[in-house]
Amino acid sequence: MSAFLSINNVSRLFGPNLTTGEKIAAKLGSKVETRSVRAVSDVTLAVRKGETLGLVGESGCGKSTLGRVIAGILPPTTGTVAIDGAPVMESGAKVTTRVQTVFQDPFASLDPRMKVGDTVAEGPIAHGLTTKSEARSYVAEWFERVGLDPVWVDRYPHQFSGGQRQRIAIARALAMRPDVLICDEPVASLDVSIQAQIINLFLELTRDLELTSVFISHDLSVVQHVSDRVAVMYLGRIVELGPVGQVFGTPAHPYTAALFGSVPKLVLDADELVRFDTIEGEVPSPLSPPTGCYYHPRCPLASEICSATQPLTQHVSDLRAVACHHFELQLADDFSD
Amino acid sequence: MTEPVLSVKNLATHFYTRAGVVKAVDGISFDLAKGEIMGLVGESGSGKTVTGFSLLGLVDAPGRIVEGSIKLNGTELTSLSDKALRVRRGQEISMIFQDPIATLNPMLTIGQQMRLAIDAHERLSRRAAKARAVELLTQVGIPAASARLRAYPHEFSGGMRQRVAIAIALLHRPAVIVADEPTTALDVSIQAQILFQMRDLARETGTAMIWISHDLAVVSSLASKLAVMYAGRIVEQGQTATLLRDPRHPYTAGLIASLPATARPGTPLTQIPGTTPSLLSLPPGCPFAPRCDRVTDRCGIDPEMTMQSNRGWRCFHPVGEHNEIGA
Repeated sequence: MSAFLSINNVSRLFGPNLTTGEKIAAKLGSKVETRSVRAVSDVTLAVRKGETLGLVGESGCGKSTLGRVIAGILPPTTGTVAIDGAPVMESGAKVTTRVQTVFQDPFASLDPRMKVGDTVAEGPIAHGLTTKSEARSYVAEWFERVGLDPVWVDRYPHQFSGGQRQRIAIARALAMRPDVLICDEPVASLDVSIQAQIINLFLELTRDLELTSVFISHDLSVVQHVSDRVAVMYLGRIVELGPVGQVFGTPAHPYTAALFGSVPKLVLDADELVRFDTIEGEVPSPLSPPTGCYYHPRCPLASEICSATQPLTQHVSDLRAVACHHFELQLADDFSD
Repeated sequence: MTEPVLSVKNLATHFYTRAGVVKAVDGISFDLAKGEIMGLVGESGSGKTVTGFSLLGLVDAPGRIVEGSIKLNGTELTSLSDKALRVRRGQEISMIFQDPIATLNPMLTIGQQMRLAIDAHERLSRRAAKARAVELLTQVGIPAASARLRAYPHEFSGGMRQRVAIAIALLHRPAVIVADEPTTALDVSIQAQILFQMRDLARETGTAMIWISHDLAVVSSLASKLAVMYAGRIVEQGQTATLLRDPRHPYTAGLIASLPATARPGTPLTQIPGTTPSLLSLPPGCPFAPRCDRVTDRCGIDPEMTMQSNRGWRCFHPVGEHNEIGA
């Protein structure tokens, strides 16, 4: 499999920003938090050209941090990210415009005091994709492309609805002519009827512009709809990876199975209330993750080995990988149903 | 059917703003039986939260209830004085909000806050009050409840905090709980645990619930009946299963069709064109008409609710019309 976007052994730690005084206090044994959080832990992924990789998990699992590392917004603590062999970051600074991001909240990601046309034009002008004199028509083109009226370039963000702002954010990202698009919960703050419009736009644009993309969402039905493959994260680690139909259909990791089981599903032909399964307990604190497999305290399949050693990532098939000591049990379970 | 615990008739709540009159809730009616859970679904700005606030008498100026009746256990709430309403609020009807950080006082322990809520309506001994608090915390699934009474809100996770808020709402065994998107801010696995528990609680305690949400999948797994709101009106209501299987209002049908779960992966989703209208400048007639693909000249008049055995819709051209005889 040829990787276009490759993420190699990426880890990202967040430590407390201690003042000198606090450091001394910690040394003297006072209770200052000195532990750091391993938000992303040794993640290796290969995304093919034109592929959409879905990234799912609960809050705090590190999916947004991973997205930011891939986008070159946050430097990884260890590991590298490369697009078509070229690194995204060099010595802590982003060195490419080939990856762009669309963020969750279009109310926070657009400068309220700038005309939206200027916001979209800023990057392309700075990087020579257009000139100041041609910027207007360049932006207008992208506005049309994302379904906005080009005469709106002189408006300010507050004059737009949430869905329209997200279109502007998409136009801003695409105007940089990226090869890779990172979408971090792009529809989470939108109304249901608007969500569908933005999802359709995403599908259309990624296909037409042959974009490679990483689509981060906690909403499994959205990820299932737009992704080719999906990676499931838990406490900074990728626990399962595979083609979306396979992972959703026959989850190999017990966490994946439990996560999908706990999502309320819209069943259109049920006469009784739908039953859904619940995962016991809560996600442990990433400051003091459990030993061995991070999921073992909540896992119904857990045995001694799970609390002792961290499971390695095993390839079940060419495109599919899982990190679980007992994935055969999980798969066998599914097939016997 | 037995007498409903809550009966809302033609309720309208308007806000008199400088820019004009915002008809946030404009003539809605529904009944709620003992132990029944009703889902109130709609997009932002459709009036679902204002409906909840109206039921509890929490609408502040410039808004007020301009019309209609709210009967709780036979008592008309809209004509009660603030003082009389206050006695009922928290005791007979209570509310759970989306954000438990904003509802809980960060300066007081959970025990102190529950004690305050008990004292507001009942005289109980310290011991009895503590026993009540522990009982309810246990019931909503908080482990080691009696030790946790001494903890402050920041010591709880988001899911646990919401459970505390639910326990406080349940303290006086209210007849009705209005839950305004209480699981929206939570993770799916925690949401599932809470939804499950609420369903059991409603069954065990006989507390009726109005579950406000924008998420059809969440309410469909919880509520036995649904009311879909659009631009301040209930445009369709009925039993959950029937309504989802066979929606009559084009907006409901569009909402269901636009969900990724109902489409084949990778294919374009059915989308409702346009955006929700501003409540300040509603078009005359049916408010959904500008976005509707079934619109005709007739839609210039606002349709009344058409009732048909247990369900109703406000549309002249309902989806699936051909199934009916002589309609």
